[in-house]
Amino acid sequence: MSGREFLSGNDAFAIGVCLARPRVISAYPITPQTVVVERLSEMAENGSLDVDFIHVESEHSALSCAIGASAAGVRTFTATSSQGLLYMAECLPYASGGRFPIVMMNANRSIALPWNIYGDQSDSLSQLASGWIQAYAQDAQEALDLALMSFYIAEHPKVSTPYMVNLDGFHLTHTYEVVDIPDDSLADEFLPPYRTDAGIDFNAPKNMAFSAGPGHNAAFKYRQHAAMLRVRDVVTEAEARFAGIFGRRYSGLTEAYMTGDADYIIVTLGAVSGLCRDAADALRARGVKAGVLRIRYMRPFPGDEIARELRGAKAAAVLEKDISVGNAGAVFTETAGVTDTPLSNYIGGLGGEDIAEADILEIFDDLRAGRGGVRFLGIKERIDEESR
Amino acid sequence: MKKPYLRAKSAFSIDEYPDSASFTAGYLTTSNGGWRSLRPRPDASKCVMCGQCYLHCPDGTIYLDDATGSYAVDLDFCKGCGICARICKPRAIAMIPESAV
Repeated sequence: MSGREFLSGNDAFAIGVCLARPRVISAYPITPQTVVVERLSEMAENGSLDVDFIHVESEHSALSCAIGASAAGVRTFTATSSQGLLYMAECLPYASGGRFPIVMMNANRSIALPWNIYGDQSDSLSQLASGWIQAYAQDAQEALDLALMSFYIAEHPKVSTPYMVNLDGFHLTHTYEVVDIPDDSLADEFLPPYRTDAGIDFNAPKNMAFSAGPGHNAAFKYRQHAAMLRVRDVVTEAEARFAGIFGRRYSGLTEAYMTGDADYIIVTLGAVSGLCRDAADALRARGVKAGVLRIRYMRPFPGDEIARELRGAKAAAVLEKDISVGNAGAVFTETAGVTDTPLSNYIGGLGGEDIAEADILEIFDDLRAGRGGVRFLGIKERIDEESR
Repeated sequence: MKKPYLRAKSAFSIDEYPDSASFTAGYLTTSNGGWRSLRPRPDASKCVMCGQCYLHCPDGTIYLDDATGSYAVDLDFCKGCGICARICKPRAIAMIPESAV
């Protein structure tokens, strides 16, 4: 299973998971993640992946089951989307507080109501405080590569924290691209078998998933937070190792595109980033100093990187596919906390609405004209006027 | 049936906490018998050693005392629910108000 193939994001991710050789997969199918579960169950069925594939009755059970498997000391994978992620929500901090290095793929999808199966980032961005590492892929190749790297980072002894890889529903999960598939033996070289001291050992019995009262609780949260902050260095280490073995390079928690001398920068995440770079290219050709900062990781939050890249810009806008109703987009709120650069917020792509290059160019126009605030793409009314 | 013990160490430096919620038993346990308003008092002279109190205690606080060979109650964790007294056929366990102890 190596070479170059024409694959959807879901297919590419399933192959990445297969190369990581998890011992247990527990998952429940949900659009637009279904293909990942189907492919992995086919691999389990035809013997190309030696795994216990556990069919569960719900997403709550999927993650509970993954927690149990991880507690037993084996590499564990699950996948979900949207309502499924929210149904798992109770278990998310269980997994992160228990420091179980489970990898989950989340196909970013709108959350009800109104009911909608198409892509936006409302699901995962509602769970930023759940204690999970959160990465956002922009294309199928990065999805496959993150499937491999996520296990390395999650299971790293300095981290031991669950990892959620986010793929934009349909825009990435169902879009086909040519993808390089690593050789099995190189994947094994990159990702050694999972070893842990925290697993079940009959010779050294432990209390598992225990309680900690008021006197001890903060210490666990402090250590969990410290481990999450160490992810930055482990990502650097994993990406250097990855580049050494596979030749593909990644840029840490963010990816900067022509931000160095940029006057106007769009900060965004996920599959729309490529379109933003195209728009920046078009503007550069007209002499406008435009740049794009792609957030690859929302947890740990790349505050230092964002502050550094936005410094010196005249204005910046955060483009994201979610709205924290009553405030602004979640990515905007966090970004505003780390920069003094004038910052506006564009909510777009909700419920799968297409974001066109013309929309991106309009955002840059707004930045140049000094227009700020929170705007919904495709809605001409401005909420700051509406609310007066 | 031995009395569960609290390890002597209760203060930890931040580096001594585990990087998981899995650890050797007995640490980090906060005694919570203070909720109790009634205290079970076993009478060894009436006890027939059937062990029903041990089996039914929802908090696992009944133990065999090595020194006396009789059942006793771990008052660090007993909540005073009285199930042991109700289940005891020979009525060997009395429930005494904490205020009278």
